This record gives sequence, structure tokens and C-alpha cells, in this order.
Amino acid sequence: MPNTGGRRTPSILKPGSKAPDFTLKTTPDQTVSLRDFLGRPVVLAFYPSDWSPVCSDQMGLYAQVMPEFKKFNAEILGISVDGIWCHLAFAKDHKLNFPLLSDFEPKGAVSKAYGAYEASVGESGRAIFVIDRKGIIRWSMLSPDGINPGADGILSALEKL
Amino acid sequence: MTQNYKAPRLTLPVGERDHFEGPAGAPVVLVEYGDYQCPYCGAAYPIVKKVQKELGAKLRFVFRNFPLTNMHPQAQWAAETAEAAAAQGKFWEMHDYLYENQPSLGDETFFAKYEGKLKLDLPKLKREVAQHAHSARIEEDYMSGIRSGVNGTPTFFINGLRYDGYPEFGPLVSALGEAQKESGQS
Repeated sequence: MPNTGGRRTPSILKPGSKAPDFTLKTTPDQTVSLRDFLGRPVVLAFYPSDWSPVCSDQMGLYAQVMPEFKKFNAEILGISVDGIWCHLAFAKDHKLNFPLLSDFEPKGAVSKAYGAYEASVGESGRAIFVIDRKGIIRWSMLSPDGINPGADGILSALEKL
Repeated sequence: MTQNYKAPRLTLPVGERDHFEGPAGAPVVLVEYGDYQCPYCGAAYPIVKKVQKELGAKLRFVFRNFPLTNMHPQAQWAAETAEAAAAQGKFWEMHDYLYENQPSLGDETFFAKYEGKLKLDLPKLKREVAQHAHSARIEEDYMSGIRSGVNGTPTFFINGLRYDGYPEFGPLVSALGEAQKESGQS
């Protein structure tokens, strides 16, 4: 059975909501904004922590499945509260081929805007949002912390856009 | 939502296309999506063997390919080697050999080492691997895994439902026992 660790369950933004815009660092001197991707589907994958086993598998899987995401011209963005240098090392080690955004300062602000922040532990929950070309959330899910949700839900959501 | 969490189900049912061990009427079917170069699959390999021994005829075990090519440069080659052996009726022999010799995957000596152990038409096997003769089947396995919620390797499904527990003997046997009870067969 999934172990939710007794954490409070965040209440994530639901389909139909406008995806809150944000600007976050993806390298020490580059930022990414959600509005940069208007006209394309975006997958936002909030996750608790670089280097944790489940997050490593989850991000590694997305890198592996990238050719399938590309068939929908979708952009994948990973987001956690880790700092940018941590993201860079994690991405290099796991051969990640999509941006990791640093929700570091003010800590967790974007995660909070999406209802995906787990205040009790100071990390993002494992929440995924599929956002359409106009910036509207079309699918969202919150996976238990210990469970890597896989890519099937994302691909099904992209197909339905 | 977390409270409504349901493990995903296999989208491609187990059938004639699959490589299996154990009887067709077994009350429990364990499907593994695996990568021959993945160290976690290597660690799970003897555990699955032990589980098969424990459950005997109550279990059918199925293996499908899920090569994580982004991380493992030998994974696709190894999967194609297993499938080329399957074309000669030796899938499980090669499957076992690949996992039992995982550290030397891709070495120059790899074929030479197994030549005497497996009765195979080696030139034919090498030719099929070089021509990617079995890549469509591996792609079918892989895509079925992605659409079924495979989230890393190994990923197991028990009677069609993704197993989210630890890939260890005790938890697996316990989950398989539960599935057997639910199936109503003893």
C-alpha cells in the first residue's frame, strides 16, 4: 500500500483553473516563465527533492519518455525547492533533458500558488499539471510521496487536449 | 488525489505474445517490466526466481522489455539479444544468462562466454541483433509499459495491477498471496 507518511494532503489546483504564471531560475543566469510556452502544452511536475530515490526515478523516466512527450510538442518542467546548483548536478547525473526550475526564493512560492506545497516538510508535493496551449490546467494529480506516478496519466491527458 | 490513489493497470493483457514461465491457469500472474542493464532488475532477478520456486504452479511469470536507453547504453542491445534467442526458442535461457552475467554486458567476450552454455545459432542471433530484427516487439513492450504506468525498472504487475511495494521476497510473496485469495483460486 502507498505510504503517505501521515502528511497533510495539499489541495492542488483543479482542471479548468488558469495556471498561475511564474518566473523561476533554471540556470544561475537564466529564468523560465510559464508564459514563454503559450501556444504549446506544458507539463509541470512538482516533486519533493532532487536525489531522493523516487524523484530520481520519476525525472529519469520523463527523460526516457521525452520522445513521446515531443509528439505532442509538450514542454516538461520539473520544479522543486532545491537550489539551482543542486538542480544542475542532479540533472547532469541523471541525464535529464528538460529544465528543472528552482522554487527556492521565496521558498515554495510557486508550489504554494498551485496548492502543491507541503508546509509540514517544506517541500513540494508530487503534483503534476498538464496545461493547454492557452494556459489552462486540463489535468492534475497528486501522487503519494513514495509513489512515482509514471507517465501514463500525462500522456493520456496530452492526448485529450 | 492521494486519498483516492489507485494503482494503474496493465493496458496490454498477458497473452500468447508474451514470454512466460508457469502454467496458463495459474491463479496469480506476475508481470515484470525490466531492463537487462538495470542494477535493481539484477537485484530482483534472484528474488523472482525464489518467488517462482515458492509459489510453484500457482504462479505464471511474464517478462516484458523496458530498456532505459537514456541511462543504460547496453539495455537495448541486451533486450534484442534476449528476443533473438527467443526466436530460437531460448528466451528464458538467455534472460537468465543476461542477468547472471550483468557486469560483463557488452564486453567483447560476452558471446564467447555463453557460446558453450547455450545451444544457439550464434551467427543468426548476432545477425538479427545487428539488423534490429526484434526491435518492434521491444518497442511494443516498452510502449505498453509506459501506458500502463511503468515508473522505473523493475516494475511489477500482479494480476494486472501495478505493485507499488518493495521488490523483495517477503513483500512480493505476501502481495501474490493476497492476489491469489482475491482470485478465488487455491
